[in-house]
Amino acid sequence: MDKVHAVELKGVTKSFGSNMANKNIDLFVDKGEIMALLGENGSGKTTLMNILAGIYLPDEGRVFVDGKEVTIRSPKDAFDNRIGMIHQHFKLVDVFTAAENVVLGLEGTGRLDLKAASSKVREISRKYGFDIDPDKKVYEMSVSEKQTVEIIKVLYRGADILILDEPTAVLTPQEIEKLFAVMRAMRRDGKSIIIITHKLNEVMAVSDVVAVLRKGEHIGTVRTSETSPQALTEMMVGRKVELNIGRKDPVDPKPRLTIAGLTVRDSEGVKKLDDVGFIAFGGEILGIAGIAGSGQKELLEAVAGLRKIESGSIIYTPEGKAPAELVGKTPMEIKDAGVALAFVPEDRLGMGLVGGMGMTGNMLLRSWHKGKGIFVDRKAPEKLAADVMERLEVVTPGIYYPVRKLSGGNVQKVLVGREIASSPSVLMSAYAVRGLDINTSYTIYNLMCQQKEKGVAVIFVGEDLDVLLELCDRILVLCGGKVSGVVDARNVTKEQLGLLMTSVGGKEEN
Amino acid sequence: MGALDFIVALIRAAVFNGTPLMYGTSGEILTEKAGNLNLGVEGLMFMGGAFGLLGAFTYGNAMGDSANGVVAVIIALVCAFAAGCFGSLIYAFLTITLRANQNVTGLALTIMGTGVGQFVGEMMRLKVGGNVAISNALKLAFANSPFPQALQNIPVVGPLIFGYNVFVYLGIIMIIVMHHFLAKTRKGLYLRAVGESPSTADSAGINVTRYRYFATVIGGGISAIGGMVYTMTISGTVWNHTGLSGEGWVAVALVIFCLWKPINSLWGSVLFGALLILYIRLPIAFIPTQIYKVVPYIVTALVLIMVSIRQRREDQPPAALGTAFFREDR
Repeated sequence: MDKVHAVELKGVTKSFGSNMANKNIDLFVDKGEIMALLGENGSGKTTLMNILAGIYLPDEGRVFVDGKEVTIRSPKDAFDNRIGMIHQHFKLVDVFTAAENVVLGLEGTGRLDLKAASSKVREISRKYGFDIDPDKKVYEMSVSEKQTVEIIKVLYRGADILILDEPTAVLTPQEIEKLFAVMRAMRRDGKSIIIITHKLNEVMAVSDVVAVLRKGEHIGTVRTSETSPQALTEMMVGRKVELNIGRKDPVDPKPRLTIAGLTVRDSEGVKKLDDVGFIAFGGEILGIAGIAGSGQKELLEAVAGLRKIESGSIIYTPEGKAPAELVGKTPMEIKDAGVALAFVPEDRLGMGLVGGMGMTGNMLLRSWHKGKGIFVDRKAPEKLAADVMERLEVVTPGIYYPVRKLSGGNVQKVLVGREIASSPSVLMSAYAVRGLDINTSYTIYNLMCQQKEKGVAVIFVGEDLDVLLELCDRILVLCGGKVSGVVDARNVTKEQLGLLMTSVGGKEEN
Repeated sequence: MGALDFIVALIRAAVFNGTPLMYGTSGEILTEKAGNLNLGVEGLMFMGGAFGLLGAFTYGNAMGDSANGVVAVIIALVCAFAAGCFGSLIYAFLTITLRANQNVTGLALTIMGTGVGQFVGEMMRLKVGGNVAISNALKLAFANSPFPQALQNIPVVGPLIFGYNVFVYLGIIMIIVMHHFLAKTRKGLYLRAVGESPSTADSAGINVTRYRYFATVIGGGISAIGGMVYTMTISGTVWNHTGLSGEGWVAVALVIFCLWKPINSLWGSVLFGALLILYIRLPIAFIPTQIYKVVPYIVTALVLIMVSIRQRREDQPPAALGTAFFREDR
């Protein structure tokens, strides 16, 4: 009866200073099983997995692999125990090729045989159905390719226990399907997989069992077939949560942004936006859908004045004021006019926040030029920081604690909270809920809805089509920098959106 | 003197004056490849110069006429290398183990190294009551070419290829070995990974601390040999308390010029060697010497500008250069 588990944790505790990240956790995974590890931001999922991967040393507790007690002091120990982790922020050397990254850290002869490495990479690729060129440099790769390299890296080392930390956060729906197919292939191969994710539909789709963490504690493990998204959410949050977005019909929508013929090129001269035109109304949420890299980022940046516009016009009509042309204005002027941009980049901290500063300092970044005299006014941003912390439930030791050290989701809350707080009349957000847990995501959706009800024109670039359909009033679909269509979110299906995303006008390609 | 003779003489002088840079730079490249920006090269070269001379001088004094030139060269090499290793070991301990700021620590090492070098050099001077010099027989071992006279006598080719002191050839071999190590071996790949992304290297099971210590200490030792080569060749085995100053900084600039590739320091050091002596070889009346001395730095700045315009990823400094690594950092 007493089955030997592939990996088992007993009484694992880890704290950072006064912050208890993991409290007395018992957890196990069996061979040939996919476990989803679920929990809100800062519930200690990544910390727990980092303990298995040898990044952190637990304060207390024991780890068993195949029934034998092991001590994992370093990533090398983890490999020796056939545990491999794919981190959320990829651990790859950009200037190396895929093959060079894969052989990193392996013992072997002094001379580097990259040919042999390349052919083994190809062999693994064939076995699990990856598509990768071993001699391609990492900096030339897409996010999905980088992730593939990470997975090959752990497979190359013969890992039997794979940990994937939010692998789907940056992938397109198609890439996610591919990843799941690979995971199922690995499961058939007898490997154990632990996947950290926030998306409940993914949990339901791919996992065999679900373990839920809440505030560093293991709440329970259930079989996926015997649970539901609603039940999981309750376990995660600890109370009943309404998973509905209270979408109201737009009240008296007035044109706020009128964009026509917008064309933008990137630094290499490639057209990123091609003759884009649409109207964003006040009191409405306009969703923007499209395959990653279809021009979403460029569109928002062009409106915010961060990108050089080749041709076109952006007419901004604030409440009760005369229309004004935004093209040619500086980002500061555009921002002061009431157009706010909350952009969550793939690496979160890259754009918009200064990692080494606390919440207060980051709030200041939006208001520093408003103070009188030569001294900075700290009172207002302090108050704002405290306000954002409370309203969005940011988990941080204090408003002066460097945001770099916060967990990813909390960093995002700071960013979005700051933009909303500037009470804009146009609010643009891109990937506002990327990597956020379900509860926080809904907090953000509701904030967007509140803004809309206040008469703000909200532009919401999203990745999850289900959310776009539920949250937005109209959805603009971009395809290769062109407007593929503008549809009413209440009368459109996911499939129709998908078609528009892949071909302009939604016509089948011949 | 014909044009050919002039060019041959100029190239020879460039190689001669570039040799200390060859060591100073390639040592620093090794260090920086692992992610440590050691600005203490100037100090390390001073220490290498002083201790290299001290070693050869002590040996010459102790052995008298029976002193062997080859042994003296080896002793000077070992003393300089050891002094450099010691100096960079302090730096490594502060920046790697204690995670002190690399820039500040490097500058402190420069101040300390120049001080120690000057102290040792001046002490030797006081002791002998004048210029420290080693016997002529030993001097020749440092200055002469290791190749037979017949080869050196071949016109043009002889002086250009076979006519240099032993440190030129040692330096070339060392740089080729280093290039091969970094480009072709497993350990070299790991060392570069440590400099590009220590957390990646760490999660791949590479001991970041060990690699950084290794690169910094060995690199510092190699840099220090450059100082010894300067003292024993260019300043003629005499302690000259201003001669070395600035060499280390040129070496640091040359690292950037070479785009962190040791193989480039082969010709880069010759070019910089030429720039350093241009004011003697190619004087133009109305241009003051000081302007000439700025040229290496201007060239470095131009290279930096060109590299940043071209944006080739392979030409960028190691991504983690100047940052400390702590595994549990969040």
